[in-house]
Amino acid sequence: MKFFVSLLLMALLSFAACLYLEWWSIAIVCFIIAALIRQRPGVAFMTGFLSLFLLWAGLSYWISNNNGHILAHKMSLILLQKDNPSLLILLTGLIGGLVGGFAAVTGSLIRAKPSAR
Amino acid sequence: MRIFFFVLFAAITIGLVITLNSRLTIGGKPAPAFGKFLSPQHGLWQNAEADKEDFSADLKFNQLTGKVSVYLDDRLVPHIFAENENDVYFVQGYLHAKFRLWQMELQTLSAAGRASDVVGDIALNHDREFRRLGMVYAAENSLKEMEANEAIKSECDAYTAGVNAYIAALPESKLPIEYKLLGYKPEKWSNLKTALFLKYMSYDLAAHENDFEMTNAQAFFSPKDFNILYPPIQDSLDPIIPKGTLYAAPKTALKIPASADSLYFKNDTTSVEELAKPNRNNGSNNWAVSGSKTKNGAPILCNDPHLGLNLPSLWIEMQLSTPTFNSYGASFPGAPSIIIGYNDSCAFGFTNGGRDVRDYYEIKFKDDQRTAYWFNNEWKQTDFRIETIKVNGKPDFIDTVAYTVFGPVMYDRSFGGKRNTNQKNYAVRWTAHNNSNELLIFNMLNHAKNYADYSAAVINLHTPGQNCAFACKNGDIALRAQGEFPAKWKGQGDFIMPGEDSSYMWQYMIPQDETPFQYNPERGFVSSANQRPTDSAYPYYLGREYPSSRGIIVNRKLAEMQQITPGDMMALQTDNYNVFAEMAIPVFTKNINAAKLNEAEKGFLNLLKSWNYRSEIDSKGATVFNLVWKNFYDTVYADEFANAPQPIRYPFESTLLEGILKDSAYKFLDDIGTTQKETLSDIATMSFKNAVIELMKIASEGRLEWGKFKDTHVNHLLKLPGFSRLHLPIGGGTNCINATTSDHGPSWRMVVSLTEKTEAYGVYPGGQSGNPGSKFYDNFIDQWAAGKYYPLWLMTKEEQNDRRIKWKMHFNKS
Repeated sequence: MKFFVSLLLMALLSFAACLYLEWWSIAIVCFIIAALIRQRPGVAFMTGFLSLFLLWAGLSYWISNNNGHILAHKMSLILLQKDNPSLLILLTGLIGGLVGGFAAVTGSLIRAKPSAR
Repeated sequence: MRIFFFVLFAAITIGLVITLNSRLTIGGKPAPAFGKFLSPQHGLWQNAEADKEDFSADLKFNQLTGKVSVYLDDRLVPHIFAENENDVYFVQGYLHAKFRLWQMELQTLSAAGRASDVVGDIALNHDREFRRLGMVYAAENSLKEMEANEAIKSECDAYTAGVNAYIAALPESKLPIEYKLLGYKPEKWSNLKTALFLKYMSYDLAAHENDFEMTNAQAFFSPKDFNILYPPIQDSLDPIIPKGTLYAAPKTALKIPASADSLYFKNDTTSVEELAKPNRNNGSNNWAVSGSKTKNGAPILCNDPHLGLNLPSLWIEMQLSTPTFNSYGASFPGAPSIIIGYNDSCAFGFTNGGRDVRDYYEIKFKDDQRTAYWFNNEWKQTDFRIETIKVNGKPDFIDTVAYTVFGPVMYDRSFGGKRNTNQKNYAVRWTAHNNSNELLIFNMLNHAKNYADYSAAVINLHTPGQNCAFACKNGDIALRAQGEFPAKWKGQGDFIMPGEDSSYMWQYMIPQDETPFQYNPERGFVSSANQRPTDSAYPYYLGREYPSSRGIIVNRKLAEMQQITPGDMMALQTDNYNVFAEMAIPVFTKNINAAKLNEAEKGFLNLLKSWNYRSEIDSKGATVFNLVWKNFYDTVYADEFANAPQPIRYPFESTLLEGILKDSAYKFLDDIGTTQKETLSDIATMSFKNAVIELMKIASEGRLEWGKFKDTHVNHLLKLPGFSRLHLPIGGGTNCINATTSDHGPSWRMVVSLTEKTEAYGVYPGGQSGNPGSKFYDNFIDQWAAGKYYPLWLMTKEEQNDRRIKWKMHFNKS
């Protein structure tokens, strides 16, 4: 339950924060949520990673799909030397996921005694 | 222990964020900050324009005085309707920025010699060359003149305000993707940037000289050989103003310097080599036919300017409509007005004049301090202009440029262009440095109603000099070889000139009433294709640098054509007939010794013989001819030029062709490295055999068809393959009316039939949006390559509910 609540909150609040703030506000959001809703560090990482992976990959897929993947074709060629929009979307998710995941682990470690021992 | 892990993961997270927020170097190449660049709400994804993007908007700006409505049609062409002129220019500036901000700024940064500020020291030499050429100095001079004219000042101010209104409201997430890739942000626009953009066009079109190359050629070859290699007039010339036209003698006689023969025509060699040269193919076609030659009796005007093909395109289509004028056509992102187009009464188009308006003078400084130079028997004080060049990632570079009576000293000990060493000092005199107001001509042409208005408009065009074609609904057609051109004595400015006194300076500019022009000529058409404007009867020296082939075929076709329709004109603009090949191929078929050829070679000879001189996409003969001619040209001149000083000018291809047509014992045919005397047949046969070696390889790669061999592409300005369009199926070439080479060609094709309701067609190799993530980025390219056109629509406000209108933007005063 905690897992799903954290996951959802991280994604929603990251999305909201990025409407106004820099991209790295996702790290702050995941840190705070993980600090408030405590889980074991490993689980916290999975939550942050999955949450931001799904958010970033999902958002970029949605945008790209509306675009007919025109830009993703071109950018994947430039960044990855491969005409592969899916790979670019996966990379986007991975970058978001890594930042979210590490920020969440850090947040989960902030208190001396995690409740879920 | 937990604290340890907390600190560890905090460090990892912060490190990760910092890394992903910084620009990196991966495999030696700079890469964007991946976190920021991939963030779906900040980075590249924000540039992925939705297929169903809604461009409609309601906007308010306090700079406006009235209401402006913009109707965007299905090709994303904005039709701007304003209640006054300033408002139309404000919105034009706004829309140029909305669709093309990045390229506008890049071109002006490049023009100003500020590229290093963005890309680092790889651009430092470019920046130095442009500063030393006086590009900023020239733009400042123009700006003074532009702002001295009240109408143009307010036009520029409104345009600049429009660009800045867009930039001010632009969130970082919506920056053009190139800014995100390179990691910088746009600065505010200014009238100076508009002036710089226009100077960039002057550079591209009127920096057309080969003074260093010709100086070396003259120093190396005997006067007799020099004249064979670089004749002032081609035999095949069919000038813009027909042969036999009479010209009055100059009102003021030109004084040839007494020392010309001893000092100037016996020049020493030079080692300077310009870093960059404008493309030699920069040129164009334009023509207008009178109603006597058209099917419906209305004049037709056509224009296709040949420039480097890039994405985003140099042009953007627009309609500007106010109570005082209503014009449609191609505009320059970076400048107000329609540049090539038409209005309710008339149409206008340009080709490059190509005259030599940039000359170099050798300067003698008193010492290395460069504080004084010898001029008219005294040491004259130098002016210095300190150029501070910002370099991304490095300290500023300070270049102190000496200014003389001639202009800036472009090359000296500290800067030799491509060369590291240079002991001499060369000042550059360029008409683009003069005060001028190029925007005035476009403003006046947009308003022009008749021939008198056109004439009054075009005399304001100074640099770059252009052949200005005109056609009007009242039936008038005209063409003026317009520009500010120095009156030159024969040979003046072909080579570096002595700069120790005033005797070699330009004496005066050719008076406007001595400009060659045609107004409703009897032949029923006017035309230009960058050839020499007149025959030798014109009393001023015009230089030696004019291509002639396209002019021949354009005039031949126009003379034959009757009952012309706009469709015929589109066919003519996209015609792939190679008139140069028509003249050259008989030389080969007559002189190649078939007895010396093997079976494979005979096969290629048959391809050449059976070719119809049309450089179509699937034509193999065109590829064969191209390589045979290239090998022939190289073989003829390689021996004589082997020991020539560099840089050196090579003769025009037509010079060689005319040389052998006139004299089959053309002097340069003989290989000076052998004892025997080679004949035309020997050289033609040998070149053919060499060409076949290349052709066999090309055939084995499946590239023998002309379209594949030529391989036309439209590159993104950063040459990123993903943003470019490669391998386009299109025919034509340098000597065809459809002058499309691999990366250069018709950058805008326009046909305007001046019927009561104007019937016009146009296309350019690009799209209205500069955003690579938009479907409007390159959607015209296939149409352009196929030689097809779009109907151009000078809409009326009553047509706003037409099905072609997809979006409406409303601009109001706030």
